Amino acid sequence: MNRATKHLLFAAASLLAVSAVAGDLKIGIAEALTGGAAQYGVPIRNGFQLAADEINAKGGINGNKVVLVVEDEQGKKEEAINVFKKLIFQDKVLMIFGPTLSNSMFAAGPVANAAKVVAFGTSNTANGISEMGPYIFRNSVMESDVLPVTVRTAVKHYKIKKVAVIYGNDDAFTKSGYDVFKKVLEDQKIPVTTTETYVKGDVDFKAQLTKIKATNPDAIICSGLAEEAATLMVQARGLGLKAPFIGGNGFNSPKLFEVSKTAGEGTFVGSPWANTNPTPANQHFVAAYKQKYGAEPNQFAAQAYDAMTIAAAALKSIKVSGNVTTDREALHGALPKVSISGATGPFKFRQSVGKDGKPAGYDADQTPFIYVIRDGKFVLFTGK
Amino acid sequence: MLEQQLVNALTLGSVYALFSLGFTLVFGVLEVINLSHGAMFMAGSFAALTVVTRLKAPLAVGILAAMLVSGLLGLAIDALILKRLRARHAPHLIPMIATIGATTVLTSAAQGLFGVEVQRFPDELLPTREFIFGSVHVRALELAIVGIAFLLMTTLFLVLRHTRQGRALRAIAESPKAAALLGINVEGLFLATSFTAAALGGVAGLLIGLNFNSVTPLMGQPILHKGIAVVILGGMGDIRGALFGGLFLGFAEVLSKAYLSSQMGDAVAFGLLFLILLVRPAGLFGRVLERKA
Repeated sequence: MNRATKHLLFAAASLLAVSAVAGDLKIGIAEALTGGAAQYGVPIRNGFQLAADEINAKGGINGNKVVLVVEDEQGKKEEAINVFKKLIFQDKVLMIFGPTLSNSMFAAGPVANAAKVVAFGTSNTANGISEMGPYIFRNSVMESDVLPVTVRTAVKHYKIKKVAVIYGNDDAFTKSGYDVFKKVLEDQKIPVTTTETYVKGDVDFKAQLTKIKATNPDAIICSGLAEEAATLMVQARGLGLKAPFIGGNGFNSPKLFEVSKTAGEGTFVGSPWANTNPTPANQHFVAAYKQKYGAEPNQFAAQAYDAMTIAAAALKSIKVSGNVTTDREALHGALPKVSISGATGPFKFRQSVGKDGKPAGYDADQTPFIYVIRDGKFVLFTGK
Repeated sequence: MLEQQLVNALTLGSVYALFSLGFTLVFGVLEVINLSHGAMFMAGSFAALTVVTRLKAPLAVGILAAMLVSGLLGLAIDALILKRLRARHAPHLIPMIATIGATTVLTSAAQGLFGVEVQRFPDELLPTREFIFGSVHVRALELAIVGIAFLLMTTLFLVLRHTRQGRALRAIAESPKAAALLGINVEGLFLATSFTAAALGGVAGLLIGLNFNSVTPLMGQPILHKGIAVVILGGMGDIRGALFGGLFLGFAEVLSKAYLSSQMGDAVAFGLLFLILLVRPAGLFGRVLERKA
């Protein structure tokens, strides 16, 4: 090989390297796109895609295009680990959004943390997620921040003396919601008449509800997903059980009303997001989502959309060098400083403390809204 | 409370029985544990849903669509997969594994076609009548499910006992080779059985999808696990067994939830199943297995 060819090759190689840098801000998306958790993972992916498309349509971030590398982690722990490894070591993404379920984050989060890559959950609400390490972020509001407010508001409104509890006990999300409810009820000294459980996939809750009815509670506290909760409500009313429901984060979906109709009247829910929130940022998101996907967005899509806005703000504040290691570190340094006002309202991060007592990852610092269901809609509760 | 729990148990048991009828029929005749029965159940629900929502057809047409689509899918699985395996004398495990593959294909196809979210039947189609007897609440649809489970069971039982085709099927169940030698169209009846069983699965899917108003690509999985237990408990391949096995499981589950703890529902139901199998290894109605040797 002569000298000139060598030069030419070198020039071509550096040109390729430069073009790869100038064009792309690669961001990994690891969500459950097939399997049971896909009902959350798909809206989440849509939320990211919508935000990224809007950013790119406005010329990208400091002239760089956002490129999403989307992988399906199937809602499985093992698959989440595989996908994280692929995104970190093969695709060399700047950061990863996901995975969908708290279970999977507990498995895959440490992989990202060890590789010093930000893993940013938008739907993980279980306790202990951000304690895993300084590279674990989430903008999903923890149940322990929302539920005390929900319960206190409902108890005051309905003058509740005693409650019954029902929850899904084979799912990290609903089980963790139950643990928080249990603590809240102890703290607020509200007696529990009976605690009932069900498992994922159950559609017949009549045995548990008949039992609850016999204990005559003033309200039913339910830590479940929207689909199950809606069926629960319908079956409760069918059995002549009239007590109002108090729900966790899982209730926050328009799906709740598709089945429950009027069965859910009077239900209290705390939420970081609701589709009726009138702020311009939220109204824009709801309209844009509907136009792009022809479906109502849910809380998970809203949080993904906001998460991408948060990442974009951090990326805008740093100088992208093209060296993936330094860029990942710069992004990690910039993220905690971001505060935005998005579809879910004003947002900033709050650093959590790890099991060893040292500062660890970052949780959402947001005030929940309390909603009550009236005429088959979430209505912001104003004390009446 | 007890009366309501007994009604709850009867409806849940009938749901299990309805699902298990087709499942046990295939086993009785083909001696195949057809794990794609859950997918047939799901397909029937989606077929009916599509017909009633897209074409605005009445529910009766939905029922026909559920039977036809599921039946044809069952026929296709038999013709494309099970028939080839029979021709090669594949051991029992092979068709079972192959039907797991068919299930994965069908559920993934449904996820692609209909999306991953739960779908609902339109409100105006849902029979909302409710009966209240004293403290007991029961919906019309639940009564229909109980009635249909008993009706289908009786019909199938009578067909198998008293018609020419029924006798032929029982001859096949005894020995396919001997039946072929007697001039029975064994392959034809195999296909017909696969069609009928899948069509029954489709109707079960529609009724149960209507009852809980929830249709998803994965709806067949949880009930498949219960269905396997019902079929084993009732005696593999026995029609009466499907009904009594289903009712047994329903009562065991509901009553243990009611009087022990809702955490214990499955544990008690499957614990009892284990005990019964210790005493009667062939299930409630099963024949002694040694005869086959």
